Amino acid sequence: MMRHPHVWMGLLLWSVFGQAHAAWTVNMAPGATEVSNAVFDLHMTIFWICVIIGLVVFGAMFWSMIIHRRSTGQEPAHFHEHTWVEILWTVVPFLILVAMAIRATKTLIDIYDASESDLDVQVTGYQWKWHYKYLGQDVEFFSNLATPADQIHNKSPKDEHYLLEVDQPLVLPVDAKVRFLVTAADVIHSWWMPAFAVKRDAIPGFVNEAWTRVKKPGIYRGQCTELCGKDHGFMPIVVEVKSKPDFDAWLAERKAESAKLKELTSKEWTLQELVERGDKVYHTTCVACHQAEGQGLPPMFPALKGSKIATGPKEGHLSLVFHGKPGTAMAAFGKQLSEVDIAAVVTYERNAWGNNKGDMVTPKDVLALKQAESQ
Amino acid sequence: MSAVIDDHGHAGADHAHGPAKGLMRWVLTTNHKDIGTMYLWFSFCAFLLGGSFAMVIRAELFQPGLQIVQPEFFNQMTTMHGLVMVFGAVMPAFVGLANWMIPLMIGAPDMALPRMNNFSFWLLPAAFLLLVSTLFMPGGGPNFGWTFYAPLSTTYAPESVTFFIFAIHLMGISSIMGAINVIATILNLRAPGMTLMKMPLFVWTWLITAFLLIAVMPVLAGVVTMMLMDIHFGTSFFSAAGGGDPVLFQHVFWFFGHPEVYIMILPAFGAVSSIIPAFSRKPLFGYTSMVYATGAIAFLSFIVWAHHMFVVGIPVVGELFFMYATMLIAVPTGVKVFNWVSTMWQGSLTFETPMLFAVAFVILFTIGGFSGLMLAIAPADFQYHDTYFVVAHFHYVLVPGAIFGIFASAYYWLPKWTGHMYDETLGKLHFWLSFIGMNMAFFPMHFVGLAGMPRRIPDYNLQFADFNMISSIGAFTFGATQIFFLFIVIKCIRGGKPAPAKPWDGADGLEWTIPSPAPYHTFVTPPEVK
Repeated sequence: MMRHPHVWMGLLLWSVFGQAHAAWTVNMAPGATEVSNAVFDLHMTIFWICVIIGLVVFGAMFWSMIIHRRSTGQEPAHFHEHTWVEILWTVVPFLILVAMAIRATKTLIDIYDASESDLDVQVTGYQWKWHYKYLGQDVEFFSNLATPADQIHNKSPKDEHYLLEVDQPLVLPVDAKVRFLVTAADVIHSWWMPAFAVKRDAIPGFVNEAWTRVKKPGIYRGQCTELCGKDHGFMPIVVEVKSKPDFDAWLAERKAESAKLKELTSKEWTLQELVERGDKVYHTTCVACHQAEGQGLPPMFPALKGSKIATGPKEGHLSLVFHGKPGTAMAAFGKQLSEVDIAAVVTYERNAWGNNKGDMVTPKDVLALKQAESQ
Repeated sequence: MSAVIDDHGHAGADHAHGPAKGLMRWVLTTNHKDIGTMYLWFSFCAFLLGGSFAMVIRAELFQPGLQIVQPEFFNQMTTMHGLVMVFGAVMPAFVGLANWMIPLMIGAPDMALPRMNNFSFWLLPAAFLLLVSTLFMPGGGPNFGWTFYAPLSTTYAPESVTFFIFAIHLMGISSIMGAINVIATILNLRAPGMTLMKMPLFVWTWLITAFLLIAVMPVLAGVVTMMLMDIHFGTSFFSAAGGGDPVLFQHVFWFFGHPEVYIMILPAFGAVSSIIPAFSRKPLFGYTSMVYATGAIAFLSFIVWAHHMFVVGIPVVGELFFMYATMLIAVPTGVKVFNWVSTMWQGSLTFETPMLFAVAFVILFTIGGFSGLMLAIAPADFQYHDTYFVVAHFHYVLVPGAIFGIFASAYYWLPKWTGHMYDETLGKLHFWLSFIGMNMAFFPMHFVGLAGMPRRIPDYNLQFADFNMISSIGAFTFGATQIFFLFIVIKCIRGGKPAPAKPWDGADGLEWTIPSPAPYHTFVTPPEVK
């Protein structure tokens, strides 16, 4: 803590405000990778350069303001130029900048070298969650905010990782070069993990590269840093870095799970089972726009309760959820959710909030639609 | 122009009568002082409006959790705060100062194009009515940030975005006409003997600013027109699905946006370069280098735009170019700061309100410059980008930069405008409350930004809670203090110690050769400049 340059400021304020939360963090943290340490060093170097120049300039100003006051009987001098001084204060800052630029260039070139990775992860930003896909591993999942709404609306106390908790973190192996392929499905997002000094914009239609090699296992937290609409502040990033054996075990487990999920498509589902599953899917995927009671936020996000589509023919309803509505925030969930989850959420919407249609869309219907599309 | 000068003999009597009576004086006026006054009042109203949006933001951020507004409205507040402050408060304030002071500083009878001057002002209230009315439309107002990145501002925008686009067009037309007028006035209407290198720096910086405006406002108009096409006419400039590129939007926007930040600061440089010598009782140090430094900054401002986009994934060579070019800006900016400090050195200083604001300008703008230099370092920017560190940076250059520059100018020239001295005690109180409030609001933002708080979020983790509360208290202090400024100005207009022609003994310039308040028509006969 004492290494922080602004620590005196924190102490000053702390003494004024008395008992406070533990956090008076005033500086960047060095982070958990070589790159983040290099970035931290650059940050501190340029900071101290600024402090030294600041001391000289402000020192001269304050000297002048104290000594050269009219009230001290000061007679004004008349000089108004001095060629050598002017050349000096143009050239010296320039040389300082050149020295700084050389160091920064080295780090930057390092940051851009994403070659020879051990693991490739595709990161896709969605309104308002992250999707991770382990390329070539048949493992992919969404990572949603896990902070309960009650905490956000001040109905229950906020815990330590308030707004920085997800249902499924991105899991990475320690000491391996991980390449991120960053993109987005709707608007621009930005994937930022401060401890790795990785920040890359996720741009729809384009793929950006970034990489990291984390030195020690642990849980790291970050957030989306590009305004992406209503819930921009509610799409955190959590990365869990595991030892190599733990990571392999985790990956094997995930692979088994995704195989199991495929079996679910061929299972015979009852209405009751689908509605129960759909309830969960709705409350992680749809609730942000269409709201807990299906009332929506018109006109941007239409209500589902009593809506023409949710109470109309089920083919139309399924098609809208599957394909999305181009030109609006309604995404094509056919690409995002499993067959089971699409079937479940459509069934749920047709039977919740008094929509009581009593009919159901089965995973097989969704599979049929998918196969028809791909032909 | 020669016709006016030929008519001089008998038209002089005509010009002697004062302004028209009633409301129509303000609607139809072509007088640079009337128009300047209207610009300044308009800008102050926009300042209070944009400030009230900031108060909503700071009230919501006072504590973690959602208390006062919902995220969708919060986004409208951050967007409108930025738009109103940039286009409504800062830019019109400088145009107001230009209208009032440029003719007085160069010995011209009025602006060169008086009717266009009237039109460029009256477009502004129309533009802002249009912009603010979007808040009451179904779906709400613009909610995509003042930088309105596509596709959030196109495919995913509320319906009111079309009104926003037309409002931007109107503001752009107004700014371009204002800029043409400034250039025409400075290049054609200088008094005999007022060579370019004798002009006060405020005139110089405005001349350069006007060229920046003419260069980049059409670019802004272009980018919003492309948005309009994407939204209504099925084009895909910014949509990858149709072969376009969302990053193209950012390139075009920041080609406008970076010179725009200098548009908002160069005139303040000019004003401060008059004020510091006046209260140091010593000529400005390095006048020539000041002029060249301003020109250098203006040139560099065109080739650094992508430093706002270090994390969008431009190739490493591009990244390096924009990093080097951005770092270079520190050199001419440093020259300016060194010149101001040298002007004060061995002067005979007094600290009336304009000087207090000017000195605070130099110190705090320099702090904003330092964080700007830090942001220029591309690898470090990977950590700073889109965090509160950036918010702290640009508020340090805009509030104690542009806004304090405007306050310093207002106090410096109020005696000339109103014929009364403002209340010095109240002025100093205004300064100190603004100074404390502003630093309390924006300094902690450096800390939360470095600790990892992204900008434009309505709610945050508990670790950021304390500094956010301090920021909010500072912001409320700063906001409330500005109502007090209104009181000081009204008090000064209504009465006070009569101001002599030259109320500041160290001041220099043609504006101090005419009586206070400045007569409705001045320099009908051009003065001789030695």
